[in-house]
Amino acid sequence: MSDTALDPRTAPKFQVAARALMGDSQLRKNVRHATKVIQTKRAKVVAEMPDWQDLRETGKQIRQHTMRHLDFYLEQFERNCTAAGGHVHWAKDAEDARRIVVGLVKASGADGKSPTEVIKIKSMTTEEIQLNKALEAAGVHAYETDLAELIIQLGHDQPSHIVVPALHKNRSQIQEIFRREMKLPGTDFSRLGGTPQDLADAARRFLREKFLRVKTAVSGANFLVAETGSVCIVESEGNGRMCLTLPETLISVAGIDKVIPRFQDLEVMLQLLPRSATGERMNPYNSIWTGVDKAPKGGDGPRNFHVVLMDNARTEILADEEARQTLNCIRCGACQNACPVYQQTGGHAYGSVYAGPIGAILTPQLMEMHHAQSLPYASSLCGACYEVCPVKINIPEVLIHLRNKVVKQQSSGFHILANPEVMALKAVAQIFRSESVFRASQKLGRIAELPLSRKDAQGVGWIEWMPGMLGGWTRVRDLRVMPKQTFREWFEHRSKSAAGRRAEDAVAKESDDGR
Amino acid sequence: MRGRVLRVALFITCYNDTLFPETGKAVVRVLERLGHSVEFPAGQTCCGQMHWNTGYQEEAFPLLKRFVDQFKHAEAVVSPSTSCVAMMRDHYPIMAERLKDENLKAEVAKLLPRVWEFSEFLTKKLGLEDVGAYYPHRVTYHASCHGLRSLHIGDGPMKLLRAVRGIDLVEIENLEQCCGFGGTFAIKNAEVSSAMLSEKVRGVLNTRAEAVTGCDNSCLMHIGGALHRERTGVRPVHIAEILASEEGGQ
Repeated sequence: MSDTALDPRTAPKFQVAARALMGDSQLRKNVRHATKVIQTKRAKVVAEMPDWQDLRETGKQIRQHTMRHLDFYLEQFERNCTAAGGHVHWAKDAEDARRIVVGLVKASGADGKSPTEVIKIKSMTTEEIQLNKALEAAGVHAYETDLAELIIQLGHDQPSHIVVPALHKNRSQIQEIFRREMKLPGTDFSRLGGTPQDLADAARRFLREKFLRVKTAVSGANFLVAETGSVCIVESEGNGRMCLTLPETLISVAGIDKVIPRFQDLEVMLQLLPRSATGERMNPYNSIWTGVDKAPKGGDGPRNFHVVLMDNARTEILADEEARQTLNCIRCGACQNACPVYQQTGGHAYGSVYAGPIGAILTPQLMEMHHAQSLPYASSLCGACYEVCPVKINIPEVLIHLRNKVVKQQSSGFHILANPEVMALKAVAQIFRSESVFRASQKLGRIAELPLSRKDAQGVGWIEWMPGMLGGWTRVRDLRVMPKQTFREWFEHRSKSAAGRRAEDAVAKESDDGR
Repeated sequence: MRGRVLRVALFITCYNDTLFPETGKAVVRVLERLGHSVEFPAGQTCCGQMHWNTGYQEEAFPLLKRFVDQFKHAEAVVSPSTSCVAMMRDHYPIMAERLKDENLKAEVAKLLPRVWEFSEFLTKKLGLEDVGAYYPHRVTYHASCHGLRSLHIGDGPMKLLRAVRGIDLVEIENLEQCCGFGGTFAIKNAEVSSAMLSEKVRGVLNTRAEAVTGCDNSCLMHIGGALHRERTGVRPVHIAEILASEEGGQ
């Protein structure tokens, strides 16, 4: 991976990207290992909850209810956050959000001067809008303070997982990145050891200096509580807590889908999220803050607090009845860990900061469909994602819905002629519409495949090569040729001979009687 | 339920009809051996799964109507394919809803409770585990995703297999992992599909079984295709064919 951000508008098709990544045996081992570890931990802490399925259902209901009344809860959040001393900004799209955040950062300097640095809490929403690049262009350097995001940033890499962005790197690769890229006056990281302790110490030393110096922080949000106007962030390292408490100014960017109605709803969400995400019973750090620090001498927390509520195509998803459940996502990443496709390719193949099953449905909807046409097909529809989703998003169902949209685009006008698959599937559909045509096709198929068939020692024909698209099958698999008789031919033949036998029996019986 | 003679309408499915007639014959043999009669509605073709799942939904609607027409009067419908039955259970109600056809909706709602995947027909409808089979081979069982996560057939097939005399049943590692078939996925994403398949094949080989069985020939065709390519000598065999086997041949 390079510095080039994951951008679905320019990313190659999933198949192409996957093929390239799958050649990286180190990456594949790392991804397989990490997903397995998290999956096992998750399974253990989920199994100990007797009411897990009820919790999932409740989580789903809360999210569904919120989405149904999203306008109401967003305005309620705005009122309550404002009353607590926060400022709420509305961003229509990514560009709008970037402009607002850059403006707020530039205005946040104590002496009227624009700061040149901000510290950041891990946030996929700011990755989605490529905020760091926009800040850099405005002369502001953003320091990622989440350990995994720091690894990504120092390594000029891109996140490959929504919860564990550096999941594709192992410890010695991280050591190498730190040795090469970590620079701090008076400290030499070039001989850094490789134990977890060594790496955590280095990150601590590197980041602590930023926490104490930089006065402006940018975060995302896990939940926005409408009832209280609070923002909630959960994390494992405490670096987020530092960003939330030390700086003077805090700017939180959140998709409008992050709102929940009541404070009480956190009871459900904060059980579902950590168990699903990292296999922990509770996150080590659960931060919930409301407005600004009003203590006269200055206590913990920011004195200026902004929330940027970003739409960026979410209302369009909401308008799509079949797909709106996508917005119920609480970004736990359980579907990524459980996905057998993700386990093979890792996250970068999806060409978006949202990888795995959730990315395969979210990205095509966040971007215009044609930028991400291959993603809805990046799944065998095995259903493992749906099974682990803490808010019961039926991802396979949404994938199928999006596939239908892709097909509609591909079969409109002249596109259809350029697409052998569309032609083939439409032709097969015609065959199935008539029993006699189906029978004729079965016969025709037996003849058509003859030139490709090769008999094995038992005299069974096998196809070891097929042309065109179908060649994808025979690259690693053989295909048995069609047997000489279809099932229906056998059944009819058998019924006829049974009827014949019955008739013969009847005749025999008659002649017996007549005797 | 036990003891009552049922008139079973067999939905063979398009690919079993064309590629795996032995499975259909085995289903007939098992059901008749248990005393039930089997009929075959001649106008049946395909459930529409391939089209629906690949995004060709408009093409799938006529197939739903055809299925309902063919089977609406059946006492029980049995099909030896987890994915086709899952297609019907998961999607037919949605499809009828989308067509805004009240009549069809009602027909689907009436018909679906009578549609059974072969192994669940035996275990759930008939309440059987031992169907009198004999199969003296070392076998491992592959749980298809649709059977597992859509039909929730659980360990039903394993119970049927355990009751088979002479069988040496060995459990595969990562039983719940997809084999990578996924219909058109195997072609559209051949590389990823192959990688998933190679893990599954390794699991099969590690059991040192001579045959891999399951309730869905599409997965078995996929796994079997690689087992043959690699000349492993391990054969795929549908569970119906194991359950149809008896002492002294058949």
